[in-house]
Amino acid sequence: MQRQDLRTWLFLAPAGAWFLCMLVLPLIVVFVFSFGERGPAGGYVPAFTFDNFLNLGARWAAFKNTLILAPIGTLICLLVAYPLAYFLALRSSPRWRTLLLILVIVPFWTSILIRSYAWIYLLGGQGIPSLLNALGLGNPRLINTPFAVLVGIVYGYLPLMVFPIYVALERLDKRLLEASSDLGSPPWRSFLQVTLPLSMPGVATGCMLVFILLMGEFLIPAMLGGGKVFFIGNALVDLFLQSRNWAYGSAVAVALVLVMLVTVAAYLRLTRRWAGGRDDVSLM
Amino acid sequence: MRIYALAVYLFLYIPIGIIALFSFNAGRHASQFQGFSTQWYGKALSNPFVMDAFQTSLSVALASAVLATLFGTMAALALQSVSGRLRLAFDALIYIAVMVPGIVIGIATLIALVTLFGWLNPILVAIWPFAAKAPQLSLGYGSLIAAHGLFAMALVIIIVRARMAGMDRSLIEASADLGATPWGTFRQVTLPQIFPGILAGFLLAFTFSFDDFIIAFFVAGSQTTLPVYVFSSIRRGVTPEINAIGTMVLAVSLMMLIAAQAILQRGHKAA
Repeated sequence: MQRQDLRTWLFLAPAGAWFLCMLVLPLIVVFVFSFGERGPAGGYVPAFTFDNFLNLGARWAAFKNTLILAPIGTLICLLVAYPLAYFLALRSSPRWRTLLLILVIVPFWTSILIRSYAWIYLLGGQGIPSLLNALGLGNPRLINTPFAVLVGIVYGYLPLMVFPIYVALERLDKRLLEASSDLGSPPWRSFLQVTLPLSMPGVATGCMLVFILLMGEFLIPAMLGGGKVFFIGNALVDLFLQSRNWAYGSAVAVALVLVMLVTVAAYLRLTRRWAGGRDDVSLM
Repeated sequence: MRIYALAVYLFLYIPIGIIALFSFNAGRHASQFQGFSTQWYGKALSNPFVMDAFQTSLSVALASAVLATLFGTMAALALQSVSGRLRLAFDALIYIAVMVPGIVIGIATLIALVTLFGWLNPILVAIWPFAAKAPQLSLGYGSLIAAHGLFAMALVIIIVRARMAGMDRSLIEASADLGATPWGTFRQVTLPQIFPGILAGFLLAFTFSFDDFIIAFFVAGSQTTLPVYVFSSIRRGVTPEINAIGTMVLAVSLMMLIAAQAILQRGHKAA
């Protein structure tokens, strides 16, 4: 028994040490620095002040953009993803289902940088706008707008929304749908009263995953928003890599994590309320 | 319904397809395809900055995936026989590692390491016994591997544990009953069953590190990874050369993903 214990500890030690040094300690540093002050040449000097938090309003634009565009992006993702997940779970032929599902998930694991770059290409002056122009539909400006950022968001995060909804719909007991139709309910009513409520745990998981990842997004607004559509992530890059105000930047990061924690807590409360809604979703 | 699904698939794949198509464009113009050519690949592959960044990305991805797979698998195995607070602590750490956004991990690692190096470097100078200049710690390969490996390790633990959850426990008991040593049972029963999970974990860990931009952006120091290079060249303007690099990056991750998927699928059938 003693030997067994020793081996367990030895096996856990490297992973534990790695988590401690590269995750726990750095997060504590951010928390501590958020109460500090900016040094004369940037960086950090120890202090204990709440000024950084009281000054968060100075970056209100970034918070506002994030808190407006992240929910809108999540909602559009949901609206695009739900019918696809429904098709995959209930309407596609079982022979092709696995392949079709893999085809949805694969883009999520490829470089988001290159995929956002593809939209710079498509929405830029020589892409879709020049096409519309040739068709005589005017020459709208698409790149560097909130619209472009939303397209990038949906493109980037769609797979993450489809997968949990698919899992919820796939697990749904099909006999319930038969019963509903045998009892004379039209398909739309079966959908609203049986399918939709039973798929809510998947919808909640997808929305939470997409929303919290969007909260920390930097790349999509940086590439498709052209500095005009500014997220919290862009403010963080600016604060740490350009103005080197570590104390204030840490406060912004702590605020970001707090908003995310509130979201996760709300999600947990919501899913606990749905009976039998415990739902473990893996991304692979 | 089918038409809708098709439209979504087109939405997902046309942009990638266009990048790949225009990487073979003979002309410079983004809007017209002027004939087939591989000149941009030649140009990208003979650009020393690209090759340098590629080599950095490759070594970092390999090193962090190997370490993450080794330590992650060890942890997943050990966690089987752990319960109570220690188990809760590890579960919490794994979820924090996966859920905290990359940008926060990036800045946290940056300021923690820079502060630590700021303390250690003067000490190194003071205690360095040789005439030559004392080595100075700085951000670079080490910090990239450590930061990428952290997320990758959490990923490996999750995948290997999922694999172990689907494992047939009675085989382990049978093996012990038939007189096999614990090591023998591990090597002949447990390992073959969880191996697909380990391999898939390794491939996903590699893909994550190879594709990551945001963490590398903060902790790369004087090094440049391929995504960081691509990001800064896009800022300077869109060129066909970036299409070629982008297509190659996509091809690398696609191959890794197909391999991971095939291994997991075959593992399911064998088990």
